[in-house]
Amino acid sequence: MSQAPLPFNETPEAARARRRRSWAIALGCVAFVILVFVITVIKLSQNAIIPQRY
Amino acid sequence: MSPAAAKRLDETPAATGDYIQLLKPRVMSLVVFTGLTGLVAADTPLNPVLAAISVFCIAVGAGAAGALNMAWDSDIDALMRRTRARPVPTGKVSRGDAAGFGVVLSLFSVMAMGMAANYLAAGLLAFTIFFYAVIYTMWLKRSTPQNIVIGGAAGALPPVVGWAAASGHVPLNAWLLFAIIFMWTPPHFWALSLYTSGDYAKAGVPMMPVVKGAKSTRLQILIYSLILAPLGVAPAFTGLGGRLYGLVAAIGGLLFVGFAVRLFLSKAGDAPTTGEDGLYTERPGSKTARDLFAFSLAYLTLLFFVLLLEHLVSRL
Repeated sequence: MSQAPLPFNETPEAARARRRRSWAIALGCVAFVILVFVITVIKLSQNAIIPQRY
Repeated sequence: MSPAAAKRLDETPAATGDYIQLLKPRVMSLVVFTGLTGLVAADTPLNPVLAAISVFCIAVGAGAAGALNMAWDSDIDALMRRTRARPVPTGKVSRGDAAGFGVVLSLFSVMAMGMAANYLAAGLLAFTIFFYAVIYTMWLKRSTPQNIVIGGAAGALPPVVGWAAASGHVPLNAWLLFAIIFMWTPPHFWALSLYTSGDYAKAGVPMMPVVKGAKSTRLQILIYSLILAPLGVAPAFTGLGGRLYGLVAAIGGLLFVGFAVRLFLSKAGDAPTTGEDGLYTERPGSKTARDLFAFSLAYLTLLFFVLLLEHLVSRL
């Protein structure tokens, strides 16, 4: 069975580098989601601990 | 993209390390350090995680500005020995990719700063990136020998951003830190350019030694050093720095002026700058310039380190 041709006529090395870059972008996106979540939790907890005065 | 450039990109595909190189990690480390000092010197209680995120945002913002700089300057970077191994001139990363990377990181860092700290810090960070990428890189760098004097404002803003992130305002002491870095920048970079001016001339960048000559540059370095030395001590009198800071700044300032006087009396930069000299290659007569360049780095690092130390200790 012949090997499927690589997309965009790229070399195997270029394909590997592209996959690594794609992984880096994916990890960056996940990190950003976690960052926003952490900031939100901290900000909410800061507001929550303000005692109510009536 | 030309077929030749496309072929080059295909032959040398960009690795993750090339994108990290676009962020100018060495410049970023100094920016992070001064930004952190501003944040701590504000003496405002701040959640440690939010403080860490704020410093991270300053780092990413500085990196984004570096990527935008490399995207715009790839033509002249290719001509200079100091910069020709960067990812864009070597063809590992295209100009478009570098610019896109810089824009995305700029938006990310400003947005995250706004969420983690406040809008003043986010606005100042956005202004810093804009000033470095547009005002300095696209406009001043190629048009005036005062490029690094005015452009130095971008490098001087990180402690102000850090201060704003911690406290939500920027008092006079924050601007004092700005002023110290602002006045430090010309002697630091002109000392460097005195022994790399051949590179700048080849690329058509109007650095001071190229336009006004070495003698005028040495005089201006001395003038800026004479202003910087007392300015460096000023925080000891405004309550920002303590006695240790005052002592270190006074001794450091005297040494700085000493190195500047020695450089002024030397022939640094007078020798022809043809050939393949590296960044730290010592040409005849250039030792004094190289010494001031090295000392200026140590001076600024030490000032901010002592300030950071004093404020951290005072919190214990």
